Amino acid sequence: MASTFDTVADMISETCDIPRDTITPESHAINDLGIDSLDFLDVAFAIDKAFGIKMPLEQWTAEVNEGKASTDQYFVLKGLCAQIDALVAAKAA
Amino acid sequence: MRLEYFQMVDRVTLLDPAVGLVRADCRVPDASPVFEGHFPGHPILPGVLMIETLAQTGGWLLLANQRFGNMVFLAKVRDAKLRAFVAPGTALEAEARLVHDGSGYAVMAGRLLAGGRMVAEAELTYRVAPFPTPALRAQMLAAARRVGVAEEWLDDA
Repeated sequence: MASTFDTVADMISETCDIPRDTITPESHAINDLGIDSLDFLDVAFAIDKAFGIKMPLEQWTAEVNEGKASTDQYFVLKGLCAQIDALVAAKAA
Repeated sequence: MRLEYFQMVDRVTLLDPAVGLVRADCRVPDASPVFEGHFPGHPILPGVLMIETLAQTGGWLLLANQRFGNMVFLAKVRDAKLRAFVAPGTALEAEARLVHDGSGYAVMAGRLLAGGRMVAEAELTYRVAPFPTPALRAQMLAAARRVGVAEEWLDDA
């Protein structure tokens, strides 16, 4: 079974036309991979569908804007995948 | 439809946020300056306005879904197909179905029918964001009443 990171990296590669081998757990979706806000919506849609979740993007954005969280927490892929895993676990609980 | 004012929906005939479905009547006007250019001697509804009709129809469902607490902006059109010419005077029925209600975005599938025959379809992605001004929200509420969106969906208070 593919890891969350592998699944997300494959989605980003396909959705944003980014070479798969350039995407690592340390990649920042915006700063490193150059994903813009529209492409990120596509990625979010793909993630929501694949994992059966609703990523709280508005909440995350508000937390970053209010200084309660860093962008790394949500936009570095290992952080994003940890958030996805937590949402999947919460849904299953 | 009032093409010059970008008012594509005449009447919302069904709006059910619970099942994520909206339908609307949209009658193409008999005459419009748009037809003078599109095309001289062969007036047809521009395909981009068919897509806009679907976008506005789906938009009413999304706005109602959150009782006009946020505005929706068309962000992406995917798999658009314009299957037939639409002449002035045609009675259209637009239908949009919620595909996914995300956080800060939504995806809908729309189709446009003329006499039961599909003339256009597309998947539409919207950004959902705060109204940029209270005046715009007031205008959207007024427009919602004009097209017959029920009062129960108009207030987020």
